[in-house]
Amino acid sequence: MSDNALRFHFDVDGENFTSAGQASVKIKKSLRELGVDAETIRRVSIAMYEGEINMVIHANGGDADVIVDERGIEIILSDHGPGIANIDQAMQEGFSTAPDNVRSLGFGAGMGLPNMKRYTDDMTIESVVGEGTTIRMRVNF
Amino acid sequence: MKICQIKELLGAELLCGSEDLERDVHSACGSDMMSDVLAYVKDQAVLLTGLVNAQVIRTAQMMDMVCVVFVRTKRPTPDMLALAEDEGIVLMTTDMRMYEACGRLYQAGLGNGAAV
Repeated sequence: MSDNALRFHFDVDGENFTSAGQASVKIKKSLRELGVDAETIRRVSIAMYEGEINMVIHANGGDADVIVDERGIEIILSDHGPGIANIDQAMQEGFSTAPDNVRSLGFGAGMGLPNMKRYTDDMTIESVVGEGTTIRMRVNF
Repeated sequence: MKICQIKELLGAELLCGSEDLERDVHSACGSDMMSDVLAYVKDQAVLLTGLVNAQVIRTAQMMDMVCVVFVRTKRPTPDMLALAEDEGIVLMTTDMRMYEACGRLYQAGLGNGAAV
């Protein structure tokens, strides 16, 4: 990671579904100001947005860090939620442990993690049941 | 197709964004599931939905959409209106159901854009 990388940090509020996505909106605006191309901005902001929604639905919020260097953009989402028992299963489209009320809000269809993978060049999930989850995603320029 | 034509075809009521009515849009999609919009939509400018919450506007923001049409006379909340106004997203509501609203626009030549 280069020394002149730009870093952004956000606390993702887990109490309020309405505010979920605010960090992604801010990143989108910051990347636009930095002159990043539109397609890269869209990929980063969608992946981060799905991650934010996940943290609000499953983990009562968490931390979002975004690092921009000359090669691309890294997004690190970490929470102290319940963890993911079976990551392979969680990565399957349509698999969801979200409560029913989340589906009436337009999410919880088991698309979040697959979407995050779809829009990023690299994604790793570290998760310990009962302790939390950290997801690292990278979008290259 | 201009946004004002969408308004006319759907007999819709404009809720915000009157300054963008002359803007041209080339494709649309209809869904109540925001994750599907985030997964499969590419370069669609208009979202038709029966879902009403702030995440509809955020999803439109993430996808660089310019217009959201609420079907079945659903109305956005004041905070959704404020979000949309900030972002320059046109909001309107129609009393048509999703199927008819999508059908009318499709028939009039507004397709679904790039192949999924």
